[in-house]
Amino acid sequence: MSATGRRAGTFCLLLIVALAVQATRVQVFRADSLDHNPANQRLTIQRYDQPRGNILAGAEPVTGSTPTGGRYNYKRTYTDGPQYAAVTGYSSQTYGNTQIEGIEDDLLSGTDSRLASWAVWDEIARKQNPGGDVWTTIDKAAQQAAMKGLGSQKGAVAAIEPATGKILALASTPSYDPGSFAGSSAADQEAWNKLQADTNQPMLNRALRQIYPPGSTFKVVTAAAALANGVVADINAGTGAPYPYIMPGTTTELVNDTTACDRPNLSLDTAMVLSCNSVMGYLGVQVGLGKMVSMAENLGFNDAKLDIPVRAARSNFDTKMNRSQVALSSIGQFDTAATPLVMAMVAAGVANNGKVMYPQLVDKLTKSDGSAVQVMKPVTYKQAMSASVAAEVQQLMTDVVENGTGRNARISGATVGGKTGTAQHGVANSATPYAWFISWAKPSGSGGVPPVAVAVVIADSEATDVTGGGLAAPIARSVMQAVLKGS
Amino acid sequence: MASPSAVARAGAPSRPVKSRRNTELVLVLAAVLISAFGYVEVGANIDGKAPSDAVGYGVALGVLALLAHGVTRWKARYADPLLLPIGILLNGIGLVVIYRLDRATPGSEAAPTQLLWSTLGVALYIAVVLLLRDHKILQRYAYIGALVALVLLVLPIFFPPVYGSRIWITIGPLSFQPGEFAKILLAVFFAAYLAVHRDALALTGRRIWRFQLPLGRVLGPVLLIWAAFVGVLVLETDLGTSLLFFGLFVIMLYVATARSGWIAIGLFLAAVAAVGVGWLSPHVHSRVTDWLDPLGSIAAGQGANQIAQSLFAFAWGAILGTGLGVGHSILIGFAAKSDFILATIGEELGLVGLVAVFLLYALLVSRGFRTGIALRDPFGRLLAIGLAAIVGLQVFVVAGGVLDLIPLTGMTLPFIAQGGSSVVTNWIIVALLVRMSDLARRPLPEAMP
Repeated sequence: MSATGRRAGTFCLLLIVALAVQATRVQVFRADSLDHNPANQRLTIQRYDQPRGNILAGAEPVTGSTPTGGRYNYKRTYTDGPQYAAVTGYSSQTYGNTQIEGIEDDLLSGTDSRLASWAVWDEIARKQNPGGDVWTTIDKAAQQAAMKGLGSQKGAVAAIEPATGKILALASTPSYDPGSFAGSSAADQEAWNKLQADTNQPMLNRALRQIYPPGSTFKVVTAAAALANGVVADINAGTGAPYPYIMPGTTTELVNDTTACDRPNLSLDTAMVLSCNSVMGYLGVQVGLGKMVSMAENLGFNDAKLDIPVRAARSNFDTKMNRSQVALSSIGQFDTAATPLVMAMVAAGVANNGKVMYPQLVDKLTKSDGSAVQVMKPVTYKQAMSASVAAEVQQLMTDVVENGTGRNARISGATVGGKTGTAQHGVANSATPYAWFISWAKPSGSGGVPPVAVAVVIADSEATDVTGGGLAAPIARSVMQAVLKGS
Repeated sequence: MASPSAVARAGAPSRPVKSRRNTELVLVLAAVLISAFGYVEVGANIDGKAPSDAVGYGVALGVLALLAHGVTRWKARYADPLLLPIGILLNGIGLVVIYRLDRATPGSEAAPTQLLWSTLGVALYIAVVLLLRDHKILQRYAYIGALVALVLLVLPIFFPPVYGSRIWITIGPLSFQPGEFAKILLAVFFAAYLAVHRDALALTGRRIWRFQLPLGRVLGPVLLIWAAFVGVLVLETDLGTSLLFFGLFVIMLYVATARSGWIAIGLFLAAVAAVGVGWLSPHVHSRVTDWLDPLGSIAAGQGANQIAQSLFAFAWGAILGTGLGVGHSILIGFAAKSDFILATIGEELGLVGLVAVFLLYALLVSRGFRTGIALRDPFGRLLAIGLAAIVGLQVFVVAGGVLDLIPLTGMTLPFIAQGGSSVVTNWIIVALLVRMSDLARRPLPEAMP
């Protein structure tokens, strides 16, 4: 029985060896795929096991983290949620991460490899790196002015520092509190469902993700194209524009909003100051489709991948149109539609002597101890027009604010250039028009580049007199004032 | 490997046999220290400080260990010095892991109860080492023992099923699995029967092709009893235990008769039975499906089943483990402290810790087999081998199940898993092995003729 006993013993030991082999298979060779199985909660638990890094505006955190005591321990908090929702996006244990929270998620949650100092040792010790911080370019005062100005109206503001492309304000109303559904409780779910069902779409980022017909603010683009292509040589000389202007190939007259425009051969300056459709439509047709498209695209239109790093919706200027459609598009109608961000780029490009900077929302990324992981540098988007053309457009915009429809944007002690827009829309133009204003401002007598350019759109307001000058210009003014006061 | 004692038994003068009691003492203390350290680590990782009752548990385990060692030193001087320390260490690891899981399930504490059962187990160990002078006495009660075992097995049929199996007897707050105690009684019966009839089984009977079939009157009774056991277990859908009894029977028959044909016949019968049961019982069928595709329920949108959760736990532990108290094996659900306790070890101690535990079992099993091989009486030899095989098979069945190596059958991991009947039974097994190893290694008196 010794031999058989020994053999039986060997058999039992082999069974245990088989266990060790199987354990090695599971714990070494299949570990990675099992860890990443979507039904495995461990990665999620680990993610919420430490406070998330913060998003900062003006060097102050606008986010935080709080322990919940649950399985997913830390949840996101927002110090002033609705104020910065269009900047931060949301980070929710149940509904994921969007915008900055989503794009910089690896950094914020601590998994970004750039946060590790000793990658190999960290791996062995299972050390989790604390989340890094995202420093935005947002100017708190400008953001506050934008949100306050928008108030209870439906609308958006985008403000840019023209010389660098830094986004100073990004506001959208009505807003929402991303902290209300950051956790995973029933209350969070209820808050989310309520926001989703809200017909006012509070979670829509109107500054980045919504396009509106820009109306007359687009005339800045048309004016720039006319000057850049020699259609207009002198802004104060007659343009040769006829009145009435019958759109080419049609019997339809391009009508004006004010009778002051109803004269032939107005100058470009007068046409801009009075916002004359007939003149600007005529000039657009004279410039021609190709060159109009080219100027629009230099200023950010038709770019489907405009990442700041959050992706902005594509602003549209049709590339195939007949001449009458070009005339309508040149005054910001027909299919022309833009995000507030791109209209801010238009104003900023003019202000920055024709050089359009790539808009950027993130200034730098740091580790939790403040050391830099990545620092953003200004990037040129396009040289949209020559400096001399830009100077002439600046003059036109200044005249609009000084003498024209943009008077509500005047700031004492500052030079302000702007353009109003009131875009009809809806069936038979029955809906409340979109009120636009784009502008830039610099201290009086300053020879430098204006420190701020801004675009404001009001999509829906209780006001009875819905015009860009009446509704949108005062908001732009307060945003510009906030920046000028700070700089 | 039995040569020193064999020489001693032959009466030839040789170097004195060492008792190895001091080795045992050192190992026992090391086992207590390792367990206490594990306890402190759980507290340190969860609360940042040692648990308030760490000293209490350490002292309790230490007192139990030293009592057991003292009695062994007194009454079983020449016993194998590894058996008791392995029992203490495995039991200690079990207490630590159960305490750790208690921390994740406030309101359902199992560690104090487990310590109570461990105390009873050690008490029975002491009783067996003190009172059982010679294991051969057990041979006399083999048939009665088998009858008692069968009654124990049948009893749970009259109690409500727990998670699909009727293997529990519940009286008030106490519940136990009689199948656990039945294991020992059945091993005693097999050993006794085969010790007497092994020659008849091996040598008589008709020869059919290459197989020597024994006479019906010799094989009949043992086959009948075995069939009764397995039949009851299948009725109770206790697959783990029926698999264990089947394997035990085949191994002991092979060891007794040296007929490898038994293994072939055994495997064939097992295959037939497995397919039959798998076909008939939906309970078993689902187990087999889960075994073949443990992640299938996820793909089907039903979430992770227990096997998948268990694999997630093992995988998360990877090579070095997360550290005690840092894992998430509680996600496995209701059986985390019992059938699936190995997953917590895999997650928090990693592959390294898991293999260490496997090595402890391997050592325990091999020491049991060694004891058996060193004994000269056929009954003791078969009994020691049978008891060691029970431990080895049970570890394989339960660990193989949670590691998805074989279908899950639901058994307790010896010494470690939560469960009073299991801990107590395993302490009795170790006590019997200690008793027998003392006899196997003891030098014979000089006056032996």
